[in-house]
Amino acid sequence: MDAITSQQVTFKIFRFNEETDYLPFYNTYTLNVTHEEVVLDILNRIKWDHDGSLSYRRSCRHGICGICSIKINGKAILACKSRLFDLIKIFGTDLTIEPLSTKRVIKDLIIDKKDFWEKHAHVNPYLVSDIEETPASEHLVSPHDAEKLNEADYCIQCGACHYSCPALAINEQFIGPAAFAAAFRFSADVRDEGVLERLHIVNQEAQGVWDCVKCMECAEVCPKEVNPIEKITKLHNMIFEAHIAKNNVATRHAVGFAHSIAKHGLLDEGELVRYSEGNIGVLKHVPVALKMFSKGKIVLPWNMPKADKLDEIKKLIKSSSTVKF
Amino acid sequence: MKKLKYALFTGCTAKESTPEQMMSTLAVAKKLGIELVELTEASCCGASHLQDYDDFLSLVLNARNIAYAEKHGLTMVTICNTCQLNTAMTKHRLDHNADLKAKVNAKLGEVGLEYKGTSQITHFLYAIIDDFGLDAIKKMVVKPLSQFNIAPFYGCHNIRPSELQNETHKGHENPYNPTSLDDLIIACGGVSVDYVEKNKCCGFHAELQAPRTAAVLTGNAVAGAMDANADWMVTPCPLCHLKLDTQTHHASLAIGRDVSLPVLHMQQMVGLALGCTSEELGLKHHVTKVDFL
Repeated sequence: MDAITSQQVTFKIFRFNEETDYLPFYNTYTLNVTHEEVVLDILNRIKWDHDGSLSYRRSCRHGICGICSIKINGKAILACKSRLFDLIKIFGTDLTIEPLSTKRVIKDLIIDKKDFWEKHAHVNPYLVSDIEETPASEHLVSPHDAEKLNEADYCIQCGACHYSCPALAINEQFIGPAAFAAAFRFSADVRDEGVLERLHIVNQEAQGVWDCVKCMECAEVCPKEVNPIEKITKLHNMIFEAHIAKNNVATRHAVGFAHSIAKHGLLDEGELVRYSEGNIGVLKHVPVALKMFSKGKIVLPWNMPKADKLDEIKKLIKSSSTVKF
Repeated sequence: MKKLKYALFTGCTAKESTPEQMMSTLAVAKKLGIELVELTEASCCGASHLQDYDDFLSLVLNARNIAYAEKHGLTMVTICNTCQLNTAMTKHRLDHNADLKAKVNAKLGEVGLEYKGTSQITHFLYAIIDDFGLDAIKKMVVKPLSQFNIAPFYGCHNIRPSELQNETHKGHENPYNPTSLDDLIIACGGVSVDYVEKNKCCGFHAELQAPRTAAVLTGNAVAGAMDANADWMVTPCPLCHLKLDTQTHHASLAIGRDVSLPVLHMQQMVGLALGCTSEELGLKHHVTKVDFL
């Protein structure tokens, strides 16, 4: 066989022990890795052959317990599931191994996931249902109804999305993709009776779904293909469908697109900002708007371009709309 | 080489806040001999927000846009990352769900249209790289950008989720280490600058509802490029461009440090290397002055 089955890789590993170190540092190891090895094999080799003090979490070794999640060159992975050769294809042979969040390190690659579990607990991640203590029959869920969970129940709470979410990194109130996926998982369950309360939680400003920056990283990074942002979109939809969407800048920003498209086919950018912010709120955008105007970047209302066949667009909006605000 | 021809979905900003993006697209297409048939019937893609309000409506409108590209029998070319994501996502969902496709087509049928799934959808960046080719570009460079360190800013919606991008541009781009824009910078004779934020979010989509988050993301991106000694930034996304070009005042306040760099659209960068003039590329339309020319 011609295929390369072994390759030399340089690993830089994040080290920090809050009991003995002021600052984190990196240890470097150059090792030959084989095409069969996953990252956890390398961590084990370093611990067993080079430095027994290296600390990391491991348990199931087959991608189901979610405990061994770490970052390699900034990409969150499950150490037990990620083959070195796949990572070499992306990053080359210099790999930096770090904890999921360097701010939350207890020791080396081990972090305190307290914030993750608090966010998770915050969305009522359980079935809310009055079930008799001794029910006469099982509460069966049909395959059709089970499909409504949209694989949200595949989440293993590894934290890969949570600690890769840029909105959460800046705004610590933000509930984050993993907990939103959990909120959706139980809200989409036909047996659940706590949907409304859960939707109120994820509908709050600053903590709720509206602060998502739509970077799609949670969809990309999830090792179980839960696709959290798809669930975030569904939570947005459920908020509108349940008629609990508040009349605020975030909701008007979403609805404003429908208004604009109905009028012009295209988005009226200036009007979207005015409608979203309101007549007073919009004033804070005036300084930037003036600069943009001076550079020919603002189209005045009477010059607003329109899509051809606008009647067709209007007809489709009338016949295809599924919600009202 | 066979002449390349695409259906151009301009998106909204090209007609409004980023006129220079439209000008430079047309200028570069002309230089490269690429024919662009503008889809003048196309509506706004919903910019990843309409679907939060009404997902089905968003699907119908995007399917309609694609149906017009199909009528021309052409691949749809987008010049905005978010248009690319919304359109490619619509195609992905309809092509993988016959029931949903039938429901959408029932609506499109009311206006005499049908979504078939026959047109591919690709961003102009990838049309240039995959279809025209970097070597062909290199041969046409008349004014190489060799005096500049250029920071590529990829924009989320061209690179994530990779599942979608694999369908549209052949899976060459890894979101954790994208290379297309770096390759294009090098093909234009420039030096591509590596920095952590190059594949991160600019914050555009949360600007109104989460202004601090958005401003910090913008600030971090520009600061990252500055710290890597970039002379300017380049992006294929007009929304990233708006954020990086017009919002640096807020971004500087948010991160407590003055940040500002000229930001060029990908088309403007290619246009410069191919010998287009500043006027043709609309460089006067930038808020952060393009001061290196």
